[in-house]
Amino acid sequence: MASRLMALWDWFDSRMPSVAEEFRKHASEYYAPKNFNFWYFFGALSLVVLVIQFVSGIFLTMNYKPDANLAFGSVEYIMRDVPGGWLIRYIHSTGASAFFAVVYLHMFRGLLYGSYQQPRELVWIFGVLIYLTLMAEAFFGYLLPWGQMSYWGAQVIVNLFATVPFIGPDLALWIRGDYVVGDATLNRFYALHVVAIPLVLLGLVAAHILALHDVGSNNPDGIEIKKKKGPDGHPLDGIPFHPYYTVKDFAGAVVFMAVFCAIMFFVPEMGGYFLEYNNFIPADPLKTPSHIAPVWYFTPYYSILRAVPPISLDWLGIPPTQFPGVMAMGIATLILFFLPWLDRSPVKSIRYRGPLYKWALAIFVVTFVALGYLGVEPVTVWGQSGAWLGNADRATVAARVFTVIYFAFFFLMPWYTAKDETLPVPERVTM
Amino acid sequence: MKKLLLSLVFAPLAAWASEAGYRLDRAPLEPTNLVSLQAGAKTFVNYCLNCHGAQYMRYNRLTDLGLSEAQIRDNLILTDAKVGDTMKVALSARDGKTMFGAAPPDLTVIGRSRSADWLYTYLRTFYRDAKSPTGWNNAAFPEVAMPHVLWTMQGERALNIVLAKDGHGPAQYQWSQLSPGTQDTVQYDTTVRDLVNFLVYMGEPAATSRKRIGIVVLFVLGILFVFAYALKQEYWKDVK
Repeated sequence: MASRLMALWDWFDSRMPSVAEEFRKHASEYYAPKNFNFWYFFGALSLVVLVIQFVSGIFLTMNYKPDANLAFGSVEYIMRDVPGGWLIRYIHSTGASAFFAVVYLHMFRGLLYGSYQQPRELVWIFGVLIYLTLMAEAFFGYLLPWGQMSYWGAQVIVNLFATVPFIGPDLALWIRGDYVVGDATLNRFYALHVVAIPLVLLGLVAAHILALHDVGSNNPDGIEIKKKKGPDGHPLDGIPFHPYYTVKDFAGAVVFMAVFCAIMFFVPEMGGYFLEYNNFIPADPLKTPSHIAPVWYFTPYYSILRAVPPISLDWLGIPPTQFPGVMAMGIATLILFFLPWLDRSPVKSIRYRGPLYKWALAIFVVTFVALGYLGVEPVTVWGQSGAWLGNADRATVAARVFTVIYFAFFFLMPWYTAKDETLPVPERVTM
Repeated sequence: MKKLLLSLVFAPLAAWASEAGYRLDRAPLEPTNLVSLQAGAKTFVNYCLNCHGAQYMRYNRLTDLGLSEAQIRDNLILTDAKVGDTMKVALSARDGKTMFGAAPPDLTVIGRSRSADWLYTYLRTFYRDAKSPTGWNNAAFPEVAMPHVLWTMQGERALNIVLAKDGHGPAQYQWSQLSPGTQDTVQYDTTVRDLVNFLVYMGEPAATSRKRIGIVVLFVLGILFVFAYALKQEYWKDVK
């Protein structure tokens, strides 16, 4: 039997050797640093979530109806009448949040260990592109259940484009395909969510991994392992990705699946953060919900949007516009692209950086979480400030402070990373 | 002008009306108590299903509650619906709007959009109000269009709301019974508890089996982890 299988494999391999070749190149002979720690699970895990979302999404399309009159009911049909439908739906809805959770942690790893620095700028850029594409995917997908939050969330986001000077209203109309979010919008968002964006996502993920494997992985010490090679030509501090990291990531994936399943089976709504309560009310174009909050993974940027006050350009003949806030939100995401060039530190890893960067990163994490929290809540959540701040909502004032800190982290980075004292980086990785 | 434009684009953000006036009671739910769920189903089809539909809920799904299809047909279907039909209602949304001023919402997933605590409080805080078109008002949902459908059970009550003197701080709610119902307070609380129990079940009929399956899945993953970790340790023992 075994020899039969081997013969079959030889038959295959002699006709298509590139399969084994690619496997060697990207797995069994791809040398990864041996000192990966906890933070290095999240790259593999985002791939796991990608597969989860593709598979569960395909099954959802079999019963979902992209029609304004049927969409809400078809989701309930999936939840009730389709055998195992509730499971598929919860896998997909939990997966959406899980995707952002692992991607945020994966990005944070990059900040910890300088994984975006030379020569991995392209890896980082493809990563940011994946992140932005993922945001689009999540946004288009969120309209599909056609609940109140789906509807009004889409309305708010599309209206952001309407603030663009001159072309804004036409742009928003072009995106919606109608004067309000409606059936036409639902249909095109469905097409984008299930076909177009996933294709882009796949291509970007491939580019991200290829770019990574060309330059090799960074590690918690920020040392280039390729500089120290043994007589066999392999990095001394490297181990083949397969089997070492496949077995390690598998164990990590099991733990991740346990967390994922604990949420999915016991708290699939996650207290209204993964599935918002208002989204169990069918979309009603005539009834604006009293409080619209995007899903948690968008809220840091939503906070920035709300924090920036509108400007009035009456002297230019331009009516007051929220465009500055939209710009700020856009810059807040796009600035990530420039991180490799904003960071002037001679060392990569936080282990060998000085206090300035450590403090900056710590404050940035607090800021990001705080902005995320404020974005979930209505601006009145902390009441009003005193007259010395013009009676502004306290939460708005806080969001403004955090917005300034968010941008300061990036804009001041060339200064504080260059000025920061660094520790000597060892020759070889430490376990 | 500035305000108007802002409110057009960001209407959703600006409007945040507080409904948090009345302190909600905790609903003593028992999602696996079949007797309570059956009692709730009975109250639901008799009192709610005249105006509100549950258009995504099938009658025969109530077999979840330990009922046979014959029992469902004989006791819970009060229309000419088949046992495999969903719980539709004859009252159209348009007629509902004409009659009450607001169309009675579908209740299939009301247990998910409204919290159980809210439903439990709402159904127990109706009071007589001569100023309202139906003669009823509600402490948890002021100016609600729905009259007190369960009033024969709870009886008629009056509410006196005393606002705090300086305009800050919580208001005082003083309840008084105007006429007795067929149930005393404890019985009525139980009736509402059973009904809310049922509404929450109907919001997600798979919830109970979901949790049961979840325990098995976590157990299996726990075992899988032991092997996955052992495998990793075996491979990694010579990595120094």
